[in-house]
Amino acid sequence: MNLDQFKPLTVYTIYIASTPEKVWEALTSAEFSRKYFSGFAVEMEPKLGGSFIVRAPDGSEHIRGEVFEHDPPNRLTVTWNVNWPDLVEKLGTTLVTYEIEQAGEAVRLTMSERHDRPLSDDILSGGRAGWPAILSGLKSLLETGKAPQIKMGPPAQMLAALKAMGIRVP
Amino acid sequence: MSKPSYVYVTYIETSAEKLWQALTDGAFTERYWFGHRIASDWAPGAPYRFTNNGNPTVEGEVITFDPTRRLAYSWHNRKPEAAGEGISRVTFDLEPRGKVVKLTVTHDELGEDGKTLRDISGGWPMVLSNLKSLLETGRTIEIVPPGYSKKDAA
Repeated sequence: MNLDQFKPLTVYTIYIASTPEKVWEALTSAEFSRKYFSGFAVEMEPKLGGSFIVRAPDGSEHIRGEVFEHDPPNRLTVTWNVNWPDLVEKLGTTLVTYEIEQAGEAVRLTMSERHDRPLSDDILSGGRAGWPAILSGLKSLLETGKAPQIKMGPPAQMLAALKAMGIRVP
Repeated sequence: MSKPSYVYVTYIETSAEKLWQALTDGAFTERYWFGHRIASDWAPGAPYRFTNNGNPTVEGEVITFDPTRRLAYSWHNRKPEAAGEGISRVTFDLEPRGKVVKLTVTHDELGEDGKTLRDISGGWPMVLSNLKSLLETGRTIEIVPPGYSKKDAA
C-alpha cells in the first residue's frame, strides 16, 4: 500500500482533559468503546500488522482491518474497512489515523480519515456525521465517567450514493 | 468558486437553554473562550463585541437571533495580526437529541486566500471542546496546543 496516495478527506480535532495513555486505551479497548460508540466493540491486537475489528452489538464484524502504524500512546493508524459487500472494491481502503498529543492540561486528539481516491461529499457524509458523535462521547466518558447515548444511523444521502455505485447496503 | 467555509459539530450533554446562555452571556464566554467576553443587546441587526481584558478582539452585527435554535453574527477580527482580514459569518445551530444537544458551528464567507480558514480551524476545536467541558463538568481545561500560543485562540 502506497501511503502517499492517501489524502485526508475528513479531519476532526478534539481536546480532552485526560492523559495520552487513557485516550489511547479508550480508542483501542472494547470495554471503553462499547460505552461511547453505540455499543460497538473495538478489538485490536496491539502490534504492527495486528488485527483491528469493530464488532457490532449483534456480534457481527462491522469493520475488519489491520494495524498499520502502532506507536502508543501517540499515533495509531488502522485500515478501517466496513464489511459491506463490494464496499472496499468500489471505494478503496479507508485509513484512520489517531494522533494524540499533550496540550497543556489537555490532550489533543486528531482523527484523520484518508482515502486513495476522491470521494463525493455524500459518500463521506457517514464519517463526517459519525466521528463528531463518537469522539464527543469519548471525551464525555473520560471527563465525566459516562458517555451520553447519541443515536446515530447511516445518513440517507450516503446510503443512496452507495446504492448508486452498486454497493449493497443493509 | 464559492468562498471557503468551516464546519465543526459537537454533542453536549446539556439543555438547549443552557447552551444558548453559554453562547450569549459574556461571563460564560469569558470562561471557555480564553478570556473573550461577548456583549450585545441581542436583537437582529444589533452590534456585538468580544473583548479580552477590555480590548476589542472581534465584533460585528447580529444576523439571526432565534433562541434557542439559531444564532448568527458577522465576524470582524480586530486584532492587529488580523489586519486586512475580511468580514466573515458565524452560525450556531442547536438541535436537542434526547439528553444531548447537537451543536453545529459554521464559519463561512471566509477569505479566498485560505489564511483565515487556517487560523480559525485551529481555534474552534479548542473553544468548543472547552465549552463542552464547562457545561458537562463545571470546569474548563488549560489548553496549550503544541506549537501554538494560548493568547492566539480566537
